[in-house]
Amino acid sequence: MELTSTTTVTRPPEEVYAFWRRLDRLPTFMAHLDEVRTTDGRRTHWTASAPFGRSVEWDAETTEDVPGERIAWRSLDGAAVPNSGQVRFVPAPGGRGTEVYVLLSYEMPGGALGKAAATYFGEEPSQQLDDDLRRFKQVLETGEVIRSDGAPRGKQARGEFPQHPAQPLTDEEFTEALA
Amino acid sequence: MKANCWIRPNEVEVTDVPDPKILNSRDAIVKITSTAICGSDLHLLDGYVPTMQQGDVMGHEFMGEVVEVGSGVDRDRLRVGDRVVVPFPIGCGACAACRSQLWSCCENTNPNAGVAEKMFGHPVAGIYGYSHLTGGFAGGQAEYARVVLADVNPLKIESDLTDEQVLFLSDILPTGYMGAEMCEITDGDVVAVWGAGPVGQFAMDSARVLGAAKVIAIDDVPYRLAMAAAQGYETIDFSDTDVRSALLALTGGRGPDKCIDAVGMEATHGAAHVDLYDRAKQAVRSETDRPHALRQAIMSCRSGGIVSVIGVYGGFVDKFPAGSWMNRSLTLRTGQCHVQRYMRPLLERIERGEIDPTRVITHRLPLSETPHGYDLFKNKREGCEKVVVSP
Repeated sequence: MELTSTTTVTRPPEEVYAFWRRLDRLPTFMAHLDEVRTTDGRRTHWTASAPFGRSVEWDAETTEDVPGERIAWRSLDGAAVPNSGQVRFVPAPGGRGTEVYVLLSYEMPGGALGKAAATYFGEEPSQQLDDDLRRFKQVLETGEVIRSDGAPRGKQARGEFPQHPAQPLTDEEFTEALA
Repeated sequence: MKANCWIRPNEVEVTDVPDPKILNSRDAIVKITSTAICGSDLHLLDGYVPTMQQGDVMGHEFMGEVVEVGSGVDRDRLRVGDRVVVPFPIGCGACAACRSQLWSCCENTNPNAGVAEKMFGHPVAGIYGYSHLTGGFAGGQAEYARVVLADVNPLKIESDLTDEQVLFLSDILPTGYMGAEMCEITDGDVVAVWGAGPVGQFAMDSARVLGAAKVIAIDDVPYRLAMAAAQGYETIDFSDTDVRSALLALTGGRGPDKCIDAVGMEATHGAAHVDLYDRAKQAVRSETDRPHALRQAIMSCRSGGIVSVIGVYGGFVDKFPAGSWMNRSLTLRTGQCHVQRYMRPLLERIERGEIDPTRVITHRLPLSETPHGYDLFKNKREGCEKVVVSP
């Protein structure tokens, strides 16, 4: 399964690239990622949330790194769902910043795991990636993911319908939302 | 704190809700000193805007005093103690839309942008108290409100103008003004305005300020027409007059040069069968909006003229007069108001006495009586034109 999405960020390619290159920052805007940890040089350890409150982990390596232009990575042997990703940074015409093109590929396994993964991505798998990129843009342009009373957990907004009412959170809800 | 909340269609209620807190580092908390009920709140009340939820705090026209600022707020721009008017669309000031002064189309402030995108093709900015489609932000018909990206949005008021003189900079005055500005008024222009509610009144005032030779108000509520007439505007009561004929009679047969739709999706129509047609279609959701004013504005405008739409539409309309629009070289311009673009210049016009926003206020109520204010405004009781609420 391949997911693609794109956005334009009003920042120069070098800056947008530099932000993405710190893979450990991906979880701040990518909904399904809990943690990306650099283990050594080109190698990273990824933790993602899976259905039913479980999490999956895998190791990945950076396969391409062209400053200001492109970053690519792929999972190493042993990943339950082998996957790879690449992101390209292209100057937008008219000095409008940087066009960001993302391609994620998943080798969907058969059996129960494959079924669970398909359910997780839902009917419109690219939607989640669209939302991830929207938040990436928010972080670069405004400094953080914008939260509302209805979607106080920021990056989990899509999964929250029906949402919290558009009224301030109780102390407990506030603590939980910012956890 | 107390807040006026949406319960279900046709029911709002003042209830206790938690006090707002800083959720993002550039937030501020404002103690509200004045707020108002907007015509577009009635679309929410009536149930025509999807994604409202029980308990949503209403209200997007508010001002007050900053009582708390987040750690990321630029202190050179906003501090505790500042007196501010808050614009209803939330901008970021950094995306391509905001940089182009298209603040209500901000690309960053709507956490539910994905939902809005499905409905509109592209997302729109977050708006306070205006459904989850525009982000699910609590509104300002309350004692306190959380203001997002507080160092780029609010307008500081540093003069001694009263709340009532500046409150409407949050929405209806800039909205009316943008309606007139989009008309590109030149000397001698005749401008017709559909809807003599508060936004329509400000569109008329703005058209005059921008140089219109004649301004014509169209409505069916006698006191609203009287309010326009008192300003020297011509009036047409569509309940007993054929609007197009009357407009021709007032313009030497040319039709108005510029037409402003300050009505939007819940228009009523003088001809019962047309009104019934659109009400029926809207009731069964085969048409979401009743576009009588828009249709009439297009049909009435002189060839080559501009039709400016500031009345709110939410979805789809039926029988859009595309033939009239295309064949007669009309220009259609529209938008939710880019309030931040207009606040400062309009504040200066208020200071110079060119526009008096207080002239539309007919009712002043405490927060506890806000639901009563909705009833007065919606059902046009007691000559209600604009309700200002004091928490």
